[in-house]
Amino acid sequence: MKKFLKILFCTSLLLFNINYTKAAEKSAELLKVDWSFKSFFGKFDRASLQRGYQVYNEVCASCHSVKYLSYRNLTEKGGPEFTEEEAKAIASNFEVTDGPDSTGEMFTRPARLSDKFVMPYANDEEAKSANGGAYPPDMSVLVKARKGGADYIYSLLLGYEDPPADMELDDGVYYNKFMYGNKIKMSAPLSDDIVEYSDGTKASTEQMSRDVVTFLMWAAEPHLEQRHKFGFRVIIYLIIISILVYFSMKKIWSRIESKV
Amino acid sequence: MSDHDYQPSSKLGKWFNDRLPLLTLSNHLQEYPTPKNLNYWWTFGGILTFCLITQIITGIILGMHYIAHAELAFGSVEHIMRDVNYGWLIRYVHANGASMFFLAVYIHIFRSLYYGSYKSPREVIWIIGMIIYFLMMATAFMGYVLPWGQMSFWGATVITNLFSAIPFIGESVTNWLWGGYSVDNPTLTRFFSLHYLLPFLILGLVILHIWALHVPGNNNPIGIDIKKPSKDTVPFHPYIVIKDLFALLLFLIVFAFFVFYSPNILGHADNYIEADPLVTPAHIVPEWYLLPFYAILRSVPDKLLGVIAMFASIFVLVILPWLDTSKVRSAIFRPIYKQFYWFLVADVLILGYMGAMPAEGAYLIIARVATAYYFLHFLVILPVLGRKEKTLDIPLSITEPVLGGFPNQATTKNKQNNRENL
Repeated sequence: MKKFLKILFCTSLLLFNINYTKAAEKSAELLKVDWSFKSFFGKFDRASLQRGYQVYNEVCASCHSVKYLSYRNLTEKGGPEFTEEEAKAIASNFEVTDGPDSTGEMFTRPARLSDKFVMPYANDEEAKSANGGAYPPDMSVLVKARKGGADYIYSLLLGYEDPPADMELDDGVYYNKFMYGNKIKMSAPLSDDIVEYSDGTKASTEQMSRDVVTFLMWAAEPHLEQRHKFGFRVIIYLIIISILVYFSMKKIWSRIESKV
Repeated sequence: MSDHDYQPSSKLGKWFNDRLPLLTLSNHLQEYPTPKNLNYWWTFGGILTFCLITQIITGIILGMHYIAHAELAFGSVEHIMRDVNYGWLIRYVHANGASMFFLAVYIHIFRSLYYGSYKSPREVIWIIGMIIYFLMMATAFMGYVLPWGQMSFWGATVITNLFSAIPFIGESVTNWLWGGYSVDNPTLTRFFSLHYLLPFLILGLVILHIWALHVPGNNNPIGIDIKKPSKDTVPFHPYIVIKDLFALLLFLIVFAFFVFYSPNILGHADNYIEADPLVTPAHIVPEWYLLPFYAILRSVPDKLLGVIAMFASIFVLVILPWLDTSKVRSAIFRPIYKQFYWFLVADVLILGYMGAMPAEGAYLIIARVATAYYFLHFLVILPVLGRKEKTLDIPLSITEPVLGGFPNQATTKNKQNNRENL
């Protein structure tokens, strides 16, 4: 019993460590969303992913790149699962530079499924100068690159408020209660009905935030569904084989007078 | 031991075995007499071997797809995560595998501390183990640099900068390590090369570690010397093999939870931001398994002394067999040592916690006290305790306490005899 208490004490100290490390540095309590991809069997909401892509494409994409996604990813299992025709149509809206051709000239052509998402700016410097010196981060792994993950991005999108009376904001700087230091150089990107959803969902700011964060979560973890499915099978398999091995062990050790 | 009498049954086997006694080795590993009272804390040796092999195999596969170049490394990791078949699985097993490896090694080390496994005649096993542990930390640190995220870059900058504390030659040593005037592409490529090399050195040392173990044989929870083979021992196969396998499977369940359900919880979010030499993260923290040493480093106000304290904290472990003067191995028979053992466990956990916190205010004060206590434990408490402590009576054999409850007066030697025998 005493030993058990000691172990309990040490484990709690350890867990406390981990939690505390994670919890430090937050400015405001994040808004919690009941994400469909969070749980043990979590999956993406397909319709939400497709709407999320629309929000990304119509709102975020003018400044933020997603350079590690390819258009073909949009058709893949576990993603938004656009049909191949839809994805081809999406890709063909973008121009990419290809070449050199047989005469040594570079040329532009519509993007194909195999192309990476076209970036809004040619390079970081252009991105910075177009955004008042602030570099709009690439969104490929943005959800994983922020403490609080999906909840944080969601909260940030909804965290724009008027600054407190005693706070002076420079031009092009906005107040956001979830941003580190509360100052952000991106103006509130979403407002009600800024996009028109084709499936009739009402494009409230909350709805769009939820959809676009779902999309970004998928962009950061395109194999999340497969991972959850595998994990369940692996753990069930391990539990069954552990039970079998346990009884084999008991049987083997029963040959001698000793506990195992 | 029956090793020398072993004769392969087949003619071919005998022919081969006379030339290279692999079959004798295999027979030895099966027959190896193991104390039958080993508890589950003893299964971590096998678990660690599994971890090492897993890291090497997943690492070799990752090495086929990873590009060690400052401009390309981050993207190549994303390529592995997205486009390589099951690349996400291999990378998450490798990344979480490092944490699991350290979790197991800490349990293994603290088991040794509790049961006095480092004491005569097992000092060499212990020292080899400490070298392995040190190489593990170096390997893990360099591995963490390879994805070339923000924590990779700034962690590498902080740790390599430690060498600049060396008087006179510090700066040249640091530049030599970097291959330039800051952490950059040459640093990344050499870290990749060394990260690939060191695990094989560890593997070699693991073989020596096991070889050195097989000379005196395993320690056991009672900590007494036993006759081998005897009624106190069981052959390694199948008794210990199946028990190690069972423990490994339980360990794998925990491992799988991390890999499949929270693969990034042990990492730092900033490492998903590509390295940028112009932007310093708000807090630079190493991986969790290095935090206690980081706390010791930062708790000393002087940079050079901090570095010395950090390396000394590992070095005191190396010389531990001579710091602990008690002849009794197991903490079961050392009531006072047992208390101090748990203080040490708490102390190291507190150090780990302080390592994750900013080095200021109350955190810094607690870290300093914990650092002082860490050295006090090894340099003062253990040597004194070994001489002063009144230990309990030790049973004669394993069978007695197992069958008859222990320690039984009829089967215990008295103190006097005990000393003479030891």
